[in-house]
Amino acid sequence: MVPITPIHYLILAAALFTLGTIGVLTRRNVVIVLMSIELILNAVNLNLVAFSRMWGLQGQVFAIFVITDAAAEAAVGLGILIAFFRNKETVNVDEVDLLKW
Amino acid sequence: MRDYFYSYLKSDATPGAAGNMLWAFIYIMLIFMGLSIAVIAMNWLERKVLAHMQVRLGPMRVGPHGLLQPIADAIKLLIKEDIMPAEADKLVFWMAPLIVVTTAFTTFIVVPFGPQHAVTDMNIGILFMLGVSSLGVLGIVMAGWASNSHYPLIGALRSSAQMVSYEVAMGLAVVSAVLMTSLHGAGIYATGGGSGMGTLSMIEIVRAQQEQQAWFAFKFFPLGLVAMFVFAVAMVAETNRAPFDLPEAESELTAGFHTEYSGFRWSLFFLAEYSAMIAVSSILVTLWLGGWLRPFPNLLAGPTWDLVFSLFPGLTFLALAGLTSGFGALLGLIGLILFISPVRAWVQDIYWFVAKVAVFMYLYIWYRGTFPRYRFDQLMKVGWKVLLPTGLGVLIVTAIVGVL
Amino acid sequence: MAPVATPFFFYLLSGLALISGILVITRRNPVHSALALILTLLALAGIYLMLYAPFVAGVQIILYAGGIMVLFLFVIMLVNVGRAEKERQFNKQWLLAIAATVGLGIVFVRVFTSSQTLTELLKRPLAQLPETSNTQQVGFSLYGQYMLAFEIASLLLLVAIVGAVVMAKKRI
Repeated sequence: MVPITPIHYLILAAALFTLGTIGVLTRRNVVIVLMSIELILNAVNLNLVAFSRMWGLQGQVFAIFVITDAAAEAAVGLGILIAFFRNKETVNVDEVDLLKW
Repeated sequence: MRDYFYSYLKSDATPGAAGNMLWAFIYIMLIFMGLSIAVIAMNWLERKVLAHMQVRLGPMRVGPHGLLQPIADAIKLLIKEDIMPAEADKLVFWMAPLIVVTTAFTTFIVVPFGPQHAVTDMNIGILFMLGVSSLGVLGIVMAGWASNSHYPLIGALRSSAQMVSYEVAMGLAVVSAVLMTSLHGAGIYATGGGSGMGTLSMIEIVRAQQEQQAWFAFKFFPLGLVAMFVFAVAMVAETNRAPFDLPEAESELTAGFHTEYSGFRWSLFFLAEYSAMIAVSSILVTLWLGGWLRPFPNLLAGPTWDLVFSLFPGLTFLALAGLTSGFGALLGLIGLILFISPVRAWVQDIYWFVAKVAVFMYLYIWYRGTFPRYRFDQLMKVGWKVLLPTGLGVLIVTAIVGVL
Repeated sequence: MAPVATPFFFYLLSGLALISGILVITRRNPVHSALALILTLLALAGIYLMLYAPFVAGVQIILYAGGIMVLFLFVIMLVNVGRAEKERQFNKQWLLAIAATVGLGIVFVRVFTSSQTLTELLKRPLAQLPETSNTQQVGFSLYGQYMLAFEIASLLLLVAIVGAVVMAKKRI
């Protein structure tokens, strides 16, 4: 077998990033869109940690910051989702068109 | 092969650190069996103790004083019909108990029963334990959701809210104990000295307590105790036990998230609940009560006291043998074996650890017998408005005192 | 202890991550998506362990899988799923979106195959990461070099808490 080099990790991260992008762009359900964003953030994290294997610890520290941001993003995103659901009884992104007159 | 087997016995490290797969496997098996026996014992003990607290007798029919009752119950559960609700989400319903059990047992990989009696020692030990035990809530949420029924869903909602809330307080209490490991001076109020590096590894945390000659419960006198108290409350909530057993409150939700489960699957939830209780109790014992260290290692030091304290395991078994009548001879025999010198040295760390955990297991039963159940808003109030600020305050004060 | 059988575990974990990643974006039921995402997160935690980053792996499990995903599941159960499941799952622009993503993928492939600097960069020798004191090193970095960033992150979390409460509460 080929030994695992950083490029393997980068390809995996790129694939996950693409999957996340597809999810964000095509799905209607807000919850799944938010989860796809988590997927994207994780792909970024994987890149950072994989590069930290070559450059030292900074990548890992940044990965921790990204996880913190993900937590904040999830909390606010889900808060918006609940407020939205309470007002419009739906969880679909393309029905959030109040500003699109 | 023989050399491989014996080579580990001479080393002082855990099987994981020594890289010995065979012994790691043996330890895993031993822990698994020990846990199962402990859960069975807890089942019997809980019913007996609760019964006596309520001036009843509890199970008396099967075996002497109902000792074989848990086994009878286990057989009953195993041969029961396995029911899956028609509208249930089959895959998730099937996976939920597995996840709960797996996470509950996986945490025991890093529990240090002695300086070398742990499967492995991780650099992130305590973080791993908290992380994996926090995965257990996923199983509960899955069980409640997959049942496709109202009571389980409400139970799962309550459970997830409760666990997420109390995990914060729990984490803060743990952090204050981890902070104490970085102070290398000896004595209850000693600070500083050395490199000032803390650790998350379970074994190193106990070593730090040995080095500082103080269990962290008594470090900076009221502070360690308060942190331990915060953790002790949060851990009861985290394992969904009375008085915080709202996810399965029988008077409101029939049985909460496992209402639709029966037979073997239900017994898996039961197993997971009790092993999670043992797991969080062992975190508490490791962090604040000196893990495997015997009482008064500095005050009553010296070879004589070492000998006296090493006789405790055997004496305990002999006392138990004296209390029981039927198979007491077997317990007495075990007690006598534990007096043999090499066995004594091998076993006493485990004994002290288990004894300390047993105290907390008894406390769990005691809580259940005495405290009335909280209402949900009261539960949230206790978590966010009392435990969280207390934990945060203790952490800050510990940091300040540590720097001084 | 160095990781054993690295290629095997890498392909196992990355396969798991990719398959469950695909499940995340294709499942009808958001709960199934969330469970698949948890699987992805755990597989990534395993990969972090292989990359000598045990602390990040631990944080990933405790924060992501144990915290954020529980929050997600909680919210999914709070908003009713039954009706959303029967609706159309993909929006009208899905064809365009997929085309754009394929373009993105082509850019990735171009970068990985053609860029001279990247290939040179990847030939760098691996850094000696102190695995046995990883947590301590990360801690020194966080509270030393990245102190300001750390404080800003804590401020961000505070803002997020306030924002979430303000938005989700009926009456403040």
